[in-house]
Amino acid sequence: MGLLDKEFSDSNIVIAKVEDVMNWARLSSLWQLSFGLACCAIEMMATSASHYDFDRFGVMPRPTPRQADVIIISGTVTLKMATRIKRLYEQMPDPKYIISMGSCANTGGPYWEHGYHVLKGIDRIIPVDVYVPGCPPRPEALLEGLLKLQEKIRTETLRTKKKIA
Amino acid sequence: MNAEEIYNILKEKFGEKIVTEFNAEKPVDPIISVDPLKINDVCEYLRDDEQLQFDSLMNLSGVDDNNAEKVKNENGTIITQGGTLSVFYHLDSTILKHKITLKVTVDKDTPEVESVAKIWFASNWHEREAFDMYGIIFLNHPDLRRILMPDDWDGYPLRKDYENPEYYDGMKIPY
Repeated sequence: MGLLDKEFSDSNIVIAKVEDVMNWARLSSLWQLSFGLACCAIEMMATSASHYDFDRFGVMPRPTPRQADVIIISGTVTLKMATRIKRLYEQMPDPKYIISMGSCANTGGPYWEHGYHVLKGIDRIIPVDVYVPGCPPRPEALLEGLLKLQEKIRTETLRTKKKIA
Repeated sequence: MNAEEIYNILKEKFGEKIVTEFNAEKPVDPIISVDPLKINDVCEYLRDDEQLQFDSLMNLSGVDDNNAEKVKNENGTIITQGGTLSVFYHLDSTILKHKITLKVTVDKDTPEVESVAKIWFASNWHEREAFDMYGIIFLNHPDLRRILMPDDWDGYPLRKDYENPEYYDGMKIPY
């Protein structure tokens, strides 16, 4: 984590940048929206279970979008579901993150040509932070995706971005 | 009881106008063709008769028979004309341990079949699926709505002449 792993003994004061503390807090308790779509959801559930233990990274499922920080799109997104996903995403409070899990959510997967009912990639309706490849990805792959997301959050800044002239 | 005996019972009861054809060609199961507007009467008889007792509808599925004529219109684009849709009923008697397959065939332009939803409740959603995918209209169905596709979807996706739309609800569909 980089922030609290240095030992300190004689004082209970830690000096750190606000940004670092904010980012550390955010990345250490990413609550995911309890929500699964297809076979990827089975792998996601396996990742939550004791063998892979999502909870050690602070990830735990919340049954309401209003308490969730991250939404894992775990499976095939049908057009009918896409409208619902968009609404769920809009109900989540900022800052919010999206992990697109598996080939279907990334690009439409095996439905890319004849899937008249499938959205060819969740990034057509909501902005994705991390893409996890695989069909379905193993739990290790999803954990890797989560670590990538944490890396991304660690470099976030609270300052407004300078406009590039 | 084998399929031919069942066919003979039905033929005697309903006549050749309603129970039109018996096809026992291998390798598929024997199939009895029935008039689509009388299928509910035939099915009710199959369920209630002492000798038949078909208490279970194992499956009900729609099929596009892929026999539409392909013709070029004035602009040179190929369009399809005519053709038929079918519905297959796989029946089973858990009491007497015999099975039979029924088939009804309708024109694509007027795809109307009598519903069997009141005879076997299992057929309710199966008929909705056949309606959703092929546009087969089940007369006297209690609640004939789309079951899988969105309610405002245009067209019937599993028909052979179906073409994918470009957009649905602002979302681009092709890859």
